[in-house]
Amino acid sequence: MTAPPPASAEARWTFAAFRHGAIDVLPFVPGLAGFAMAYGTLAARKGMTLFETLLMSASIFAGVVQMVVLDSWPQTLTAGAIAGIVALTALVNARYLMIGATLRPLLGGQPPRKVYPTLFFLVEPPWLMSLRYYSNGGRDPAYLLGGGVAMYVVWVTTAIPGYLAGAAVGNPKQFGIDLLVPAFFVAMMVSLWRGPRRSWGLIVGALAAALTEFMFGGFWYLIVGAVAGCVAGVLNDD
Amino acid sequence: MIEKDAFGFFVTLGLMMIVVYVTRIAGYWLIGRLVIGRRLRRMLDALPGAIIAATVAPALVQGGTRAVLALAATAGVMIVVRKDFFAVVAGVAVAAAAFAYGL
Repeated sequence: MTAPPPASAEARWTFAAFRHGAIDVLPFVPGLAGFAMAYGTLAARKGMTLFETLLMSASIFAGVVQMVVLDSWPQTLTAGAIAGIVALTALVNARYLMIGATLRPLLGGQPPRKVYPTLFFLVEPPWLMSLRYYSNGGRDPAYLLGGGVAMYVVWVTTAIPGYLAGAAVGNPKQFGIDLLVPAFFVAMMVSLWRGPRRSWGLIVGALAAALTEFMFGGFWYLIVGAVAGCVAGVLNDD
Repeated sequence: MIEKDAFGFFVTLGLMMIVVYVTRIAGYWLIGRLVIGRRLRRMLDALPGAIIAATVAPALVQGGTRAVLALAATAGVMIVVRKDFFAVVAGVAVAAAAFAYGL
């Protein structure tokens, strides 16, 4: 064991790279903080305690999952409702299968005891930055961890002012707060829109959800809409 | 209002936490063991948009004119300035104004 390991397998994990990763995700902070505040407001309106609100952010750390699940939280938590929530969670986060797969070059060869905790902090902005970092020759996986931890801290803490605002407001409609979450999602849809021919997933998902909501109510509209949109997406040309 | 059954809440949260963590590590773990083909890739690509669209659609159906105006403002601002923060502020402002006008 005298020979040094090959360069590609070298486990560096320096603090410099950690800090570099954290700094590179700063442009995403205002958007993330706004999203976290909207989540906090929604949680307050749904009657969650501040502790429950922050615990959800700290343990799940997935904005769209938290929003969608909370928005459609059932009146009574039956076993069927819990199964629905879990299915919805898996559907919403299934895109991470692809995201995680693209991290093989950066993380492959690193010890699992470091890789798997790092992946807990995996979210889209540091992932995008890490792909760029890697293509520019960066090889230190602490870069990904730094970006993820920075996002995590912002995500958990900025939910607090949102929660306090949501709890203070009497009638949410007066300040338009009831449409905060739909507005965030509409803004995201504009970013995801790829023209009518390549956005069948969006269109079919919306129509199926509206129809299911109209006919059955409950929160099944989300699962029906997501699955229908997903199947329609397969038919899209590249 | 949320269910005030604390046990059910924590069970649900625990299950969600496990599912979310598995999606984060599974792609990394599976690669090399599974090839993500064109169909699966398109399916995963379409998922976020489909879910987001599915979340918004009922709000539009139920919210009436006020929701339509507010979300149209959000989309309009987003298309022009491409900053979700300003788009959301515009949407919420229109919703508040519409409420003040009795919509």
